[in-house]
Amino acid sequence: MNHDAYDDNYIRSILNNVKSIAMVGASPVNVRPSYFAFKYLAQRGYDMIPVNPGHVGKELMGKPFVASLADIGRPIDMIDIFRNSSHIMPVVEEALKLSPPPKVIWMQLGARDDAAAEKAEAAGLKVVMNRCPKIEYGRLSSEISWMGVNSRTLSSKRAPIPTQGMRLSLNRTSFGGGQTAASDRAAKNKTETT
Amino acid sequence: MTDRLPGFSTLAVHAGAQPDPTTGARATPIYQTTSFVFNDADHAASLFGLQAFGNIYTRIGNPTNAVLEERVAALEGGTAALAVASGHAAQLVVLQQLLKPGDEIIAARKLYGGSINQFTHAFKAFGWNVAWADPDEIESFERAVTPHTKAIFIESIANPAGSITDIEAIAAVARKAGVPLIVDNTLASPYLIKPIDHGADIVVHSLTKFLGGHGNSLGGIIVDAGTFDWSKDNKYPMLSEPRPEYHGIRIQETFGNFAFAIACRVLGLRDLGPALSPFNAFMILTGIETLPLRMQKHCDNAKAVAEFLSTHPAVSAVNYAGLPGDRYNALQRKYAPKGAGAVFTFSLKGGYDAGVNLVSNLKLFSHLANVGDTRSLVIHPASTTHSQLDDAAKVKSGAAPEVVRLSIGIEDKEDLIADLDQALRA
Repeated sequence: MNHDAYDDNYIRSILNNVKSIAMVGASPVNVRPSYFAFKYLAQRGYDMIPVNPGHVGKELMGKPFVASLADIGRPIDMIDIFRNSSHIMPVVEEALKLSPPPKVIWMQLGARDDAAAEKAEAAGLKVVMNRCPKIEYGRLSSEISWMGVNSRTLSSKRAPIPTQGMRLSLNRTSFGGGQTAASDRAAKNKTETT
Repeated sequence: MTDRLPGFSTLAVHAGAQPDPTTGARATPIYQTTSFVFNDADHAASLFGLQAFGNIYTRIGNPTNAVLEERVAALEGGTAALAVASGHAAQLVVLQQLLKPGDEIIAARKLYGGSINQFTHAFKAFGWNVAWADPDEIESFERAVTPHTKAIFIESIANPAGSITDIEAIAAVARKAGVPLIVDNTLASPYLIKPIDHGADIVVHSLTKFLGGHGNSLGGIIVDAGTFDWSKDNKYPMLSEPRPEYHGIRIQETFGNFAFAIACRVLGLRDLGPALSPFNAFMILTGIETLPLRMQKHCDNAKAVAEFLSTHPAVSAVNYAGLPGDRYNALQRKYAPKGAGAVFTFSLKGGYDAGVNLVSNLKLFSHLANVGDTRSLVIHPASTTHSQLDDAAKVKSGAAPEVVRLSIGIEDKEDLIADLDQALRA
């Protein structure tokens, strides 16, 4: 897997197939990116579980916080890690101990740990790094185009009207896929120089 | 299946536009409305808090404008864009995100006269200083860098003489200085030059010119390349620091590689107010659909006219980068191989009076202060836009008394040449 530039079909298949997402590092503070992403994904129909030991006893959008992945107590399709790169490995190790293990490890925008990714992939998991599932969902469905964002997709079909709690079609025709975008080249250069 | 990359002409027609979800309308509807209803109080709060994607008020965003934004972002190879009321508004909004009073930009000396005025006078009143550098001497940019430098600003094809800028060399200076490179791509359009491929971090346009292309609608746009790391030091607090307007959100942390476009929208356009009319956005979108066809014709006509003028007995010099002997010809072949654009200058042996006579004798060319129209345009800067300058200042700004500027349209080139020939003989 080329973690510098994902093919849209890879991201699309993950977002189309996972149903439950545990968000590690979810915040109940409504100006944090994790809060935005949690709320957006919940409204798009994903079964969201907030994981943060500092907030056990509270709820996020009606879902009670759990302290750790082990405390979820049921199978989870995807772990979305809202932690800095230096805190990724322990979360991945904990995820790999779950039975059954999750299908996908997703590291948030700005987070990347290649060793942790390799470990998860060796165990048969799919890995996405340095991306936001909210942005990717919004991009592939073109919902994000309301903000002038280049979705890098085209469609000649009538668009669904986005409403809360509705799964949108992610199956538009992609172009670019990331491999030609200047932004992805810049991100790759940044990784190489740090 | 690997994703397929559509060609430029396909993007010019399709990018950003999809049949309307409600009516199935295939052309992009003109959403001529000031405001948009919320689903409920929670939805409203989510939109105002930047937590949900959606429309609030046309000063912040509009569905017609959003199609235009995505289309230009796609054509330029950027992550996102923001459409505004004019090219000048685009420059204002961009620099508001980057500069505080006492900060500086380095700008190429060869710029559209309106930009020189804006930087010299209006921005100076904000405490934003400009250091001028010579695009023909890259070292002059390096020498101008100070601890207060926040950006470098150039034109890809520069007004008035259509000179070609060495974007990659100046991008290297910007990278070394740790500041973004802003490229005004108005005279090239992304059909001829894609500055992001050459290292630009931000691209701005006057959409009024070749992108709209028909001389009927003002507009401007800002394209975010998604390449600049705004948070690596504390030089760009609008992007890296918690924003009090939005309860402490950090724009780059929240929006990643399209943070600059979002900052321009929610901090710049929202508070400064130069919003684009959805009607103008529609007119410009319609223009963009034919950009590749028009731009090639503009360039082919311009080259034919420049070749004609270069052999005309009344003409002493032609500045057109598409001519083999021109000093910018090598840069043109590198950066704009499809054509050198359609705006250029030439000099008359008869001086000031010959310039005035030419303009008054032309029958097809329109005498006005614009470029990038379907119609061919002419202006004699010394008697019009630059008439307030003394002769020395006129020469320095490329508006010497004998200089005439043309913007070549998409008429039949034989008719343009015949019109110039009769006017030069008259």
